[in-house]
Amino acid sequence: MIGGLFIYNHKGEVLISRVYRDDIGYVAQRSFMVTSCIKPATLFNVNLFVCRRNAVDAFRVNVIHARQQVRSPVTNIARTSFFHVKRSNIWLAAVTKQNVNAAMVFEFLYKMCDVMTAYFGKISEENIKNNFVLIYELLDEILDFGYPQNSETGALKTFITQQGIKGQTKEEQSQITSQVTGQIGWRREGIKYRRNELFLDVLESVNLLMSPQGQVLSAHVSGRVVMKSYLSGMPECKFGMNDKIVIDKQGKGGDLYAFCCSGKQSIAIDDCTFHQCVRLSKFDSERSISFIPPDGEYELMRYRTTKDIILPFRVIPLVREVGRTKLEVKVVIKSNFKPSLLAQKIEVRIPTPLNTSGVQVICMKGKAKYKASENAIVWKIKRMAGMKESQISAEIELLPTNDKKKWARPPISMNFEVPFAPSGLKVRYLKVFESKLNYSDHDVIKWVRYIGRSGIYETRC
Amino acid sequence: MTDSKYFTTNKKGEIFELKAELNNEKKEKRKEAVKKVIAAMTVGKDVSSLFPDVVNCMQTDNLELKKLVYLYLMNYAKNQPDMAIMAVNSFVKDCEDPNPLIRALAVRTMGCIRVDKITEYLCEPLRKCLKDEDPYVRKTAAVCVAKLHDINAQMVEDQGFLDSLRDLIADSNPMVVANAVAALSEISESHPNSNLLDLNPQNINKLLTALNECTEWGQIFILDCLSNYNPKDEREAQSICERVTPRLSHANSAVVLSAVKVLMKFLELLPKDSDYYNTLLKKLSPPLVTLLSGEPEVQYVALRNINLIVQKRPEILKQEIKVFFVKYNDPIYVKLEKLDIMIRLASQANIAQVLAELKEYATEVDVDFVRKAVRAIGRCAIKVEQSAERCVSTLLDLIQTKVNYVVQEAIVVIRDIFRKYPNKYESIIATLCENLDSLDEPDARAAMIWIVGEYAERIDNADELLESFLEGFHDESTQVQLTLLTAIVKLFLKKPSETQELVQQVLSLATQDSDNPDLRDRGYIYWRLLSTDPVTAKEVVLSEKPLISEETDLIEPTLLDELICHIGSLASVYHKPPNAFVEGSHGIHRKHLPVQHSSIDTGESPVSSGPAANIEQTHVIPSQGDLLGDLLNLDLGPRSTCPRCPPCRWGLWTLTVLIACNSVLLLQVWLPAVKAKGLEISGTFTRRQGQMYMDMTFTNKALQHMTDFAVQFNKNSFGVIPTSPLPVHTPLMPNQNIELSLPLNTIGPVMKMDPLNNLQVAVKNNIDVFYFSVLIPLNIFFVEDGKMERQVFLATWKDIPNENELQYQIKECHLNAENHKKVKISV
Repeated sequence: MIGGLFIYNHKGEVLISRVYRDDIGYVAQRSFMVTSCIKPATLFNVNLFVCRRNAVDAFRVNVIHARQQVRSPVTNIARTSFFHVKRSNIWLAAVTKQNVNAAMVFEFLYKMCDVMTAYFGKISEENIKNNFVLIYELLDEILDFGYPQNSETGALKTFITQQGIKGQTKEEQSQITSQVTGQIGWRREGIKYRRNELFLDVLESVNLLMSPQGQVLSAHVSGRVVMKSYLSGMPECKFGMNDKIVIDKQGKGGDLYAFCCSGKQSIAIDDCTFHQCVRLSKFDSERSISFIPPDGEYELMRYRTTKDIILPFRVIPLVREVGRTKLEVKVVIKSNFKPSLLAQKIEVRIPTPLNTSGVQVICMKGKAKYKASENAIVWKIKRMAGMKESQISAEIELLPTNDKKKWARPPISMNFEVPFAPSGLKVRYLKVFESKLNYSDHDVIKWVRYIGRSGIYETRC
Repeated sequence: MTDSKYFTTNKKGEIFELKAELNNEKKEKRKEAVKKVIAAMTVGKDVSSLFPDVVNCMQTDNLELKKLVYLYLMNYAKNQPDMAIMAVNSFVKDCEDPNPLIRALAVRTMGCIRVDKITEYLCEPLRKCLKDEDPYVRKTAAVCVAKLHDINAQMVEDQGFLDSLRDLIADSNPMVVANAVAALSEISESHPNSNLLDLNPQNINKLLTALNECTEWGQIFILDCLSNYNPKDEREAQSICERVTPRLSHANSAVVLSAVKVLMKFLELLPKDSDYYNTLLKKLSPPLVTLLSGEPEVQYVALRNINLIVQKRPEILKQEIKVFFVKYNDPIYVKLEKLDIMIRLASQANIAQVLAELKEYATEVDVDFVRKAVRAIGRCAIKVEQSAERCVSTLLDLIQTKVNYVVQEAIVVIRDIFRKYPNKYESIIATLCENLDSLDEPDARAAMIWIVGEYAERIDNADELLESFLEGFHDESTQVQLTLLTAIVKLFLKKPSETQELVQQVLSLATQDSDNPDLRDRGYIYWRLLSTDPVTAKEVVLSEKPLISEETDLIEPTLLDELICHIGSLASVYHKPPNAFVEGSHGIHRKHLPVQHSSIDTGESPVSSGPAANIEQTHVIPSQGDLLGDLLNLDLGPRSTCPRCPPCRWGLWTLTVLIACNSVLLLQVWLPAVKAKGLEISGTFTRRQGQMYMDMTFTNKALQHMTDFAVQFNKNSFGVIPTSPLPVHTPLMPNQNIELSLPLNTIGPVMKMDPLNNLQVAVKNNIDVFYFSVLIPLNIFFVEDGKMERQVFLATWKDIPNENELQYQIKECHLNAENHKKVKISV
């Protein structure tokens, strides 16, 4: 299991170090001695403490300060394995000497980032220093002897508060412990809202790789259903969408809605994953999504589709090399959705060669600028309705070089935001049942929003 | 107020000041001081001298302060064991606290203080906590048993904590169950033989129930534990699979991978033709693809695992090649892994797309990635014959870019393409030759030289080209030198008239001016071969080459099976068995895939796989009509009795090894690597100077080194036994091979075998014992001088009882000087 956990700043200084097992360090020491110099004073002090520091240092020397780009998120230095993730300038590293579950270690590091963000906002050097006592307290709770324990913020916030838990009654204490260890570890009991409300966001990112000739090389939508729930008590929820498998099954049974939207309206979901609150065995057997939601914001599900994707934009590039010192680029974008809808924050990024000396741009709509530091022409359009077309043309002057290597021609990438789900997913219902409290499904105010964003939306040129 | 101020303290008299503050009367001040101490500890300052002062702060009802003091204790208690005892009392007291959070905190911290004296005091509180009414305390106590076991394993056993831990598997709280399983799994790793976890159908059922209810981490512990279970039959395997499958939709990728591990293992037990088997295979693919939309680090872990799964069961992902197409801003480690999987999944159906992709990649920036992409194009050509032409033209396009490392990589793969499809693409040689000057890497130079030598007759200026390489002969790497030597000899054999001078030059460079024994040997062999018999030389040097394999970098099957048992773990990321990177007792226990239709769990004991392999082992007879054997007129067949001088034969044998380079044609593979955990044994029997030998080549195809070799023969018809132990004294490193000859004689115990000349051999090394059987060619028993005194012969003949005599008419047989020989066989 995880032997220790360290947090470093970008200089490689340790901000947090928590060692769970003695085995890490002893050997890392050797590699460290070779790669770096140790002050003589510490050499005599060969105690456990020094050894631990050397595991810490081995990582700094070999990964953070490594000259080469990081070639793997898992590094093995002298039989000690270091797992790391980076958040802005901060490195989180888990260290072990055993054959641990690697996926679990990374998932834990992500979770750790989530928990920290939930407690004190952005993960930055300043925030970590400001909250180091809290972080130690959290680490003590969510990782025991290297085994991850309950790490749901909802539960943790009930007893790790930085205010001490002196004032609690016995009932409150046992409520906390039963919640932390219980089946519904993500929600505490006794939540009350005057107004029961929930927000559902269907957030999709549509990914595309298109050949210069307009052939779709790969396209998929990865979507998330994010829910903000402000519901009293322990509500039982049921979520329904236009999943092809469900619709087809119900269509036979005479469901009216299913009948109306059978055929084209339903979508084929390649695969989906759920928040741990969802009863997976029920989904597996009946394909129904039922759960008791955590309080506040969380991600209910993720899904992926590859069939019948609505590609909101089509990019048509035309690059012509005129001699050795000039390039002519023309790019047309076409919007492909209902004319009544508006796409926003449209940005087209046309890469230019490294030896570009000057660029002249003409565009009909929006603003375009050559950004030398990014080696690209950036064309921005604030809004664009569906079924429209727009075009940009540019002349790129090149400096003559004797560089043998050809320009790699990176793909033209695009960013946008559209108010619909490119996968075609529709929320059919979200029913809320709470038998113990006196509110019913009708009293809950529900909001649904669809946002489609560009993921990696690239057209080769 | 923020905590960051604690990190900035004035240097001078720091410890002294802290000491004063820790003993301050005000509680708040003390808390501040402890925070400063912890901050100093974090940045690596030695604050161990403050131990007594910090421990004094322990007696407090402020939980935050208590936690800080505990943190300090965990760090320094080992340095100050005597002082740490001071803390024991307050721990024991805390274990009785009415607040379950404090009880748990105390028992958790006590387990982290790794001082022997303290552990004695820990036993009683721990025993109580294991039976605590509060599940939070119980789940903490369960982990504490693992901690204690790590410090003092004997004590844990003596105190009966293992039984208490086993009881917790039946606990009503799912998290207690999960932690108990985690603790037991870890403890049982250091006791591979004890059946600690006691996985019986009843317990499995409990685990499967807890699986639906516990946290994501608990699910991982339980799934990892389930994967070690061997279901007794396919029905049980199927019912477990059915209950594990829903986990494939979990948001946590580790849960998904661990579920995949269980399913991949149990798939082995399901009948291949059943509907369930096929639906399960179909269900595995979408979750694996979904893992690729996660964060890059998880993608990396997933891709390393998919690489294994694709090798084990290619059918799962064969339709999904598109998801492995590289995205422009994937991190480099994801790109390289995706490329690897793309090559494995390439087939005739998708080759056009794959090739278009690879062509794009070859224009990217990262050198390693571009090289790998170019190599991949070559692999596609070799793997999918229909695409070969397109691949070659793509490679030619790439060579035209003149980017140095692209050109070099392309030439290396083109050599392989020439090997696979001889006499098909020579038209491109001219283009290749244009780039001769830009090659500076040994691989590429060797490849180019090989091509020039191989097609010397079609390249007008082949002699000039090769001569240009000869100028800096001694500065070249060995690989280039060897290839150059062979290439020039080939050239000479093809165009003898013009190149006599050149060949003499290279032979003298190789034999007289070189210190490298390989090069010298090869030089001498060619020299003698050319000077004695040019015709044979031609047949040897220009002989047909063995085919090259279609797949590369395949993981050796036994290792692959082991790695499949470790899906999701570090072993699957490194593609190495755990004992290659884990020290000590952990991970030494090797895992095996379950075996279908077996009532006893053969999967668990490595020894039992030995006899099974023995039965399957095909009885191989050294073939007589081997191409190279005939070519060199070597006496392989049992009938040939022509005595040859041994040194000469040995020399030629070495020669064939050298020429055939990667395949030893004369030797039969007796023990394939697949059956012997990576050890391959090939060999033959010979007779030299009146002595029988077993000439063998041991090749280590595993990833770990091998030592402690020994050999033993079963009783056999001729009483053959080895006269000396195996002459292997140094460890055999991965990918190394060793040639040895084992002298034999016939004084051992006798037992009739069927067939008569069957010999059963057992070879042992540090990994396991392996069995195989071979047929001894009868001719090695024949003595060189078959002469017998007339009287002796007759007497011997008479000694053989009549029933052993068989009459057989040999037709049209011209007897000349050859003696009738008869071997007396004691039956």
